[in-house]
Amino acid sequence: MIRDITIGQYYQRESPVHRLDPRTKIIMTIAYIIGIFLVKSYAGFAFATLCLAVAIAVSRVPLSFILRGLKPIFFIILFTFFLNMFMYGGTVLVKIGPFTITDEGFHTAVFMAIRLILLILGSSMLTLTTRPIQLTDGIERLLSPLKRFGVPSHELAMMMTIALRFIPTLLEETDKIMKAQQARGADFESGSIFRRAKNMIPILVPLFISAFRIAQDMALAMEARCYHGGEGRTRMNQIRFAGRDVFAWLLTAAFIAVIILERTIL
Amino acid sequence: MPIEVRNLTHIYSKGQPDEHRALDEISFTIEDGSFVGIIGHTGSGKSTLVQHLNGILRPTRGKIIVDGEDITAKHVSLTDVRKKVGLVFQYPEYQLFEETVAKDVAFGPKNLGLPEQQIDMRVRQAIELVGLDYDEVADMSPFDLSGGQKRRVAIAGVVAMQPKVLVLDEPTAGLDPKSHDDIFAMLDAMREKQQMTTILVSHNMDDVAANADKVLVIDEGKLAMEGTPAEVFSRGEELAGLGLDLPSVTNILSKLRENGIDAATDTFDVKEAAAAIAAALNARTEAPETAQALDSAPEKREADI
Repeated sequence: MIRDITIGQYYQRESPVHRLDPRTKIIMTIAYIIGIFLVKSYAGFAFATLCLAVAIAVSRVPLSFILRGLKPIFFIILFTFFLNMFMYGGTVLVKIGPFTITDEGFHTAVFMAIRLILLILGSSMLTLTTRPIQLTDGIERLLSPLKRFGVPSHELAMMMTIALRFIPTLLEETDKIMKAQQARGADFESGSIFRRAKNMIPILVPLFISAFRIAQDMALAMEARCYHGGEGRTRMNQIRFAGRDVFAWLLTAAFIAVIILERTIL
Repeated sequence: MPIEVRNLTHIYSKGQPDEHRALDEISFTIEDGSFVGIIGHTGSGKSTLVQHLNGILRPTRGKIIVDGEDITAKHVSLTDVRKKVGLVFQYPEYQLFEETVAKDVAFGPKNLGLPEQQIDMRVRQAIELVGLDYDEVADMSPFDLSGGQKRRVAIAGVVAMQPKVLVLDEPTAGLDPKSHDDIFAMLDAMREKQQMTTILVSHNMDDVAANADKVLVIDEGKLAMEGTPAEVFSRGEELAGLGLDLPSVTNILSKLRENGIDAATDTFDVKEAAAAIAAALNARTEAPETAQALDSAPEKREADI
């Protein structure tokens, strides 16, 4: 199951999406996320899903690989779905014992589930098609106007890349530790919630130790190569906007326009 | 308790674009009490293979029969399987988590649901078996120990479950030469006392040659060779083709043979090899080219060792 988590992974492919400027992709992702929180009709969600499908098709990242990222959060989606379904007042649809499902509740639940799914898929598209290094560059350049107000844009971007970079490493580490403890007869799959939480200790302690060790090694390696923050730092590959970026901006603007239209008309 | 592996195949991410066939139709048998070495290039599937032996990984196809019982069957209790087959992972010291050494070693036996008294006994026994002083280390934090000691504590954690088969995946990786020798001395002592079947995954041909009575060579998920160390290491060229070395002793002997000194190449012991070389040289004292070979022999030895 740990192999299923695709957030933060990069999927190597030759595609127009991969070649886009990272700044463009970051802005598109933010616009998309705002978009899916603005829409409020099934037609709107269909449109947002269609847009994402087109982006996935163009990126040539296999759909099955992207969908695998949903597996680990399946229960979160299910949980929010049921929570929303029973928590709303309004026209009663069905009544089962103490639970009432209302018309509004049902729709909110469906919307929320779709939103979560699109949110995960949309944001994983960003990391799947952008190398972590490019992603940092993009974040840093986007934040650099804020430097004047004392925002440490380079440091923030560096922290984010490192965090992203180590998601797969830590997952791998978790997998290894889990297997090692299972070999010692540990059971992570049965028992009550408290029992299970307690059973996590043999995983969490080694994992934290590993994380600190990795962090220490990383800091040392960076220092050994004279890293001292963003001041005066140059880049081998300068990022530049190209024609395809302008095209992508236009698409993003069109997307937002349709979403706003949907909100005002429907 | 023989282990029988039949047509074992494991495919990672089956049906996904990153599908990878890690094991391909592997079959072999491991006899009771034997010491089996598994060698292969990095990424050949050795670690995947041993993770099947105690049910950590489930095969895509094939059977693993431990003690007459198919452990891949659905109804089999994995706790029972893990009680029989102990698996020590690579860098096992990274699995330590308890406050004291004794508590950490007790983790395995506790999971088996043994009574308190028996757990204490097993913990003491296991710590002594891996060559540590129980009274000295039992109440120490495992994190205050040296690298070699940590690894022994981790191995003790598996040994305390008293498995009949002990599988070790690169048990000496990253250790200094002394700790390396200590681990093997410990394995010898343990085998003598417990007569357990031992399976060793290793990159170090010297260790395999010196300890194993059977060698399995894995290449790209397939069983490439199987036999006694003498049989397997007599096929030096094929091994080189799989990216594997020969034990250093075999290396010297076969190079000497190439250079005209006909010493027996079937030993892995340094002293025996030295005797064989001396015998071969003595037999040829009259031959003129021997003087030449004699000159180059010691250099070669040093260079290869």
